[in-house]
Amino acid sequence: MSATAPADAATIAADVGAARSSARTVVAEALDRIRRLDGRVNAFTDILADRALARADRLDAAIRGGVPAGPLAGVPFAVKNLIDIAGLPTRAGSKINRDRTPAARDGALVRRLEAAGAILLGALNMGEYAYDFTGENVHDGDAHNPHALDHMTGGSSGGSGAALAAGLVPLTLGSDTNGSIRVPAAFCGCFGLKPTYGRLTRAGSFPFVGSLDHLGPMARSVTDLALAYDAMQGPDTDDPVATARPPDPVLPMLDGGPGGLRIAVAGGYFARGGDPDAFAAVAQIADTLGARRTVELPEAHRARAAAYLITAAEGATLHLERLRTRPQDFDPAVRDRLIAGAMIPAPHVEQAQRFRRWYRDAVLDLFGSVDVILAPTTPCRAPKGGQTHFVLDGTTLPLRPNIGLFTQPISFIGLPVVAVPVWLDAGLPLGVQVIVAPWREDLALRVARYLETSGSCAAPVAELAR
Amino acid sequence: MSEATSPFDPEAYAAAMSALLALKLDPTWMPAITANLRVLAAAAELVNGGPPCDGLDAAPRFEV
Repeated sequence: MSATAPADAATIAADVGAARSSARTVVAEALDRIRRLDGRVNAFTDILADRALARADRLDAAIRGGVPAGPLAGVPFAVKNLIDIAGLPTRAGSKINRDRTPAARDGALVRRLEAAGAILLGALNMGEYAYDFTGENVHDGDAHNPHALDHMTGGSSGGSGAALAAGLVPLTLGSDTNGSIRVPAAFCGCFGLKPTYGRLTRAGSFPFVGSLDHLGPMARSVTDLALAYDAMQGPDTDDPVATARPPDPVLPMLDGGPGGLRIAVAGGYFARGGDPDAFAAVAQIADTLGARRTVELPEAHRARAAAYLITAAEGATLHLERLRTRPQDFDPAVRDRLIAGAMIPAPHVEQAQRFRRWYRDAVLDLFGSVDVILAPTTPCRAPKGGQTHFVLDGTTLPLRPNIGLFTQPISFIGLPVVAVPVWLDAGLPLGVQVIVAPWREDLALRVARYLETSGSCAAPVAELAR
Repeated sequence: MSEATSPFDPEAYAAAMSALLALKLDPTWMPAITANLRVLAAAAELVNGGPPCDGLDAAPRFEV
């Protein structure tokens, strides 16, 4: 067993592209790591060894033949199992969806990553229908946090975080409706990018809440996030909210540093209701960046409530027929929330959407005087698996709906965020959200890259994978 | 909530709505469903008590 951590995507792509290593060797080693370690973390629900090795062989032959290698040449990756994979039913963490017709082709982002040379290794565990912040799944078993196996990964992209932290692959895709990329990034100690709403196509993925759904990359380095993000940008008429903007590559500006950026810490709502460690993580990042200013996102508590309502109502509408015909096949905790969501009066949902417009305008005004806002990702470190309640500010609260209390007011208006991992001590990591104005992913990634190179953030592979 | 309205009764509401929505509810699910309805009602009250949104359209898109 190797004592070195698996390589990141940028290193793999450089080596495979220059024929210093073969895609077959890279893929075979990743499959071997998955075979040895995934039983402990339960990140994968499907492993596509034959497909991956065949694709690796084709890539190696093309490179030998002089075909230019893509920017992700030979990079193994895996996707949350709500993204279509040709030949598999798109299960979206559920039992019910296993009866669906297998997908005829891969989801759009899988196709874009593979067009850049990456190689899909499999599908990843997730909370049922993405209505989850824990990474627990009653059908496939819970994903386990590689940094402490008896702790949650966070969700709903739990397998996406676990696969990275265990060193199984260097790149994963997740989805984020209310925090489902950012929460597992925080709990598993890796980087995650939730782009601007509409920036990356969602075509070929199983939805949850159309008004709030995003797809995005997760990785162990900021460069890998940027490589994947650049490969996935571009219009797509198959997603009705995908932007028509041309791609806006971020990689060339990645090392621009934070100089000249006006950076502030989110106060008010984002400075209470969490463990002191959550705010210490923000303070550490603010100190590294020299950020002394505080700004307040107005009515953030109402934004979270509105996101909660829209999520419940739209999610319920999506699943109403399944709730009628197969209620016994849902995770009961998901089913009962969806049933209640189906009963929300329409005026409440419409008012939440109209408030969303108000809140969007108010927050966009803030970006007239600030470029970057820092906020905690989660109110605590990863809880123990099976834990149902936690204590925040002296109040005992149900854990499942409250893990996302700092992420929901941000995704509610589609702001781009890079979630960066912070290690305050030898314990589990925390996360900080680097939040920017719509379409300015470049700024968030620049700041995250600076934090990474300055040593303030890191995404190490857990010891179990060494 | 106005003093003129009756207190919210989630059990009765869930029973009535389940008929409208053609949902069969197992009685053992009711405590969780009604607990969720209470949380949703509180969220709606919070949103409805917010800044006036008259004249604002819903905004699911964010082109700026």
